[in-house]
Amino acid sequence: MDLFLQNFFSLQNVVNALQLGSFYALIALGYSMVYGVLMLFNFAHGDVFMTGSYIGFFIASGLVGLSAAGILPLPNWLILALTIMLAMILTAFVGMAIERIGYRPLRDAPRASAAITGLMIGIILETGNLAILGASRQKFPELIPTVTIEFAGTRITNTKIMIVGLSLLLMIGLHQFVRRTKWGMAMRAMAFDFVVVPLMGVPLNAIAALTFALGSALAAAAGIFFGMAYPILDPYMGILFGWKAFVAAILGGRGSVLGAALAGFLLGFIEIFVATIFPSTFRDLIAFSIILLILTFRPHGFFGEPYSARLRL
Amino acid sequence: MEAAKVTLSRKARLGAALRRIWAPFRRVSLLSWLLGALAAVVMEQIAGTQVAWILGLSKIPFLFGFAIVLETAVHTPSALPFVLVSAVLYVSIIYILPVLLVARLTTGLGNRIAAFFMNRSFFLGVVVHLVLLYATIHIWSDISDYRVLVMRLTLIAIMVTLSLNLVNGYMGEFSCSHPGFMALGAYAASVFSLVFFVDDRLFGAPLLPASMGPFMFPLGLIAGGLVAALGAILVAVPSFKTRGDYLAIISLAFMFIVKSLFENLEFVGGPRGMGGQPEWASLPVVFGWAILSVWIINNFVRSTVGKAMNAVRDGEGAAEAMTVNTQKTKMVTFLFAAFWAGVAGGLLAHVVSYVNPGSFGIQKLAEVLAMVYFGGLNSVVGSVVGAVGYSVLSEALRSLEIYKWIIIPVLLILVMIFRPTGLIAFKEFDVAKLIAPKDERIEGEEVEYAPIAD
Repeated sequence: MDLFLQNFFSLQNVVNALQLGSFYALIALGYSMVYGVLMLFNFAHGDVFMTGSYIGFFIASGLVGLSAAGILPLPNWLILALTIMLAMILTAFVGMAIERIGYRPLRDAPRASAAITGLMIGIILETGNLAILGASRQKFPELIPTVTIEFAGTRITNTKIMIVGLSLLLMIGLHQFVRRTKWGMAMRAMAFDFVVVPLMGVPLNAIAALTFALGSALAAAAGIFFGMAYPILDPYMGILFGWKAFVAAILGGRGSVLGAALAGFLLGFIEIFVATIFPSTFRDLIAFSIILLILTFRPHGFFGEPYSARLRL
Repeated sequence: MEAAKVTLSRKARLGAALRRIWAPFRRVSLLSWLLGALAAVVMEQIAGTQVAWILGLSKIPFLFGFAIVLETAVHTPSALPFVLVSAVLYVSIIYILPVLLVARLTTGLGNRIAAFFMNRSFFLGVVVHLVLLYATIHIWSDISDYRVLVMRLTLIAIMVTLSLNLVNGYMGEFSCSHPGFMALGAYAASVFSLVFFVDDRLFGAPLLPASMGPFMFPLGLIAGGLVAALGAILVAVPSFKTRGDYLAIISLAFMFIVKSLFENLEFVGGPRGMGGQPEWASLPVVFGWAILSVWIINNFVRSTVGKAMNAVRDGEGAAEAMTVNTQKTKMVTFLFAAFWAGVAGGLLAHVVSYVNPGSFGIQKLAEVLAMVYFGGLNSVVGSVVGAVGYSVLSEALRSLEIYKWIIIPVLLILVMIFRPTGLIAFKEFDVAKLIAPKDERIEGEEVEYAPIAD
């Protein structure tokens, strides 16, 4: 029993949970922002995560190749930084393209129809990936040599610390952006009322594109971190992560950055700690049951406020 | 300005031309069309193989030639022109010609019979139409086992689509839990069959003689439906407290929970699934259940509760003020929809003789949602069209392998962009109007129907 408790509360689990949670949190932020600003379920977001991961993979492999060939010798940390930045920018464009093709034509349609287009764009992204790259799984190049730090009887790798740290930085950055800048204020205003606010001169289309771009960039960061933590990529990896992050986004409350991040980490903790007690097949069952329970008593999530969904159908 | 006028008149001319071509068939009643279809499938049964042979096709094209043309285009493009011409000829000779001919020849007779039915016995008329429809389907499917399978799966898809349309279309909510309800129904009905009538690895010797099985099968299906409705209570109680997108999330979580639950229940096979269900869901059985579900659901949506459903969708507060019991309406509708999804799941399990948790996941959800929104919200006909259209498309594009999953989503996105509520949305399905004789004077070529407001 002692040993069990020691295992259960070990720092190891906490770090693992933080790492898993940061993936969920980063993806959930994208869902949450789109849902907050446009009141839409962007069901393609999980596959944007996958796309970001693949874009990162290609950039990283390309740069490593160039570096090894001596054409463009770069230190590994610079490659990593470049990969993250470039992938975030490119995936932001993917997100904006999705908004332009799948959501903007449907702005006056029933919201459920837009959800269906999102779902279909997700399937197109998965299948397109499969058709172009084939069924073989890709291995993310190791950019930073793994160093294991022994600390209080637990072993923590430097990648895990970096992933958690960078994720937190990104989340704080987003929070500051939404709180402090004019664009962030426009987004919050849109979330408050997207019928009246455009009449006040706030450009709805630009805000929508910005929302999708920000969310997709964060998903791309999550994708690259995922590639660093579990170096195998496959076209369907976005599905389960995406849907779980979607549930986390709702749990956090509509449009709440803090809530989505918190709920993402909570989901990570639940999954890791459930797996230490029960067989790991019970993970989804228990995680979703807990979420269902929380939502039963707090229907609007942690930080959400009661609202009336303007169902236009 | 000028150009716009020209295209308009061109459009009008095209419409007039089409109407002229269609003129001889305007008074053809449904009865005659069914007779025509019956003639076509009988023709295929008698002469299909010979015609296919004469046209140089190796066998009867199983899906109106679509599949064979695409398959040739993918595998041997050089033979495409030949196969294309053969397929078009085959479809013209075997299907189009007999249908048009017989429908036109029996127009007078069909109208007279239809009028007789309308005046004397409406019920008998419906039965006669259904018998004709079933005969057509049966003879068409009789050509190959593959057609039987596709036909049964399509009929089940119709049931699922209709039941989801109740929640997503008629009630205006967004439910994601239908795969979960299907799984509950499939497992419950399978356990019922295996425990009572089959000597099985999981449950041992049967409790009742196996010969009773087919007669007790409806009980198993109803049990499956009830179990699904029971599961629906778990979703409905917390999620109908507030309006909004709440149901979407709860139902999604519920779907994951059900799938995960069955993966962990070892006595029903765990993640490996459960096989060995007797094949009681033959074509007539599935057809019967599908017709039953269409009939009951169509009556349901036209009943007071059905009207209340629409009222809840269009304005819950207003509905409440008009003394509609919104809570009760939502609960009843949701449980009713779940029941039919459960029955459909039970049928599915007995068609493929196997269930596993993996087949009731996100993929299934995307498929069912696609059928509902493709066909059209708030419409029984739309659901039938959506389910049949999606199934046929899915089978016809099979030879394109994974590219199928690019073409279907692209099509669906286009449908969503140009008709956001689906192809045939907000149409009432009136059987009386459908089977009525069509020989009253149709006058007024100039009658223009007002465009349907979006």
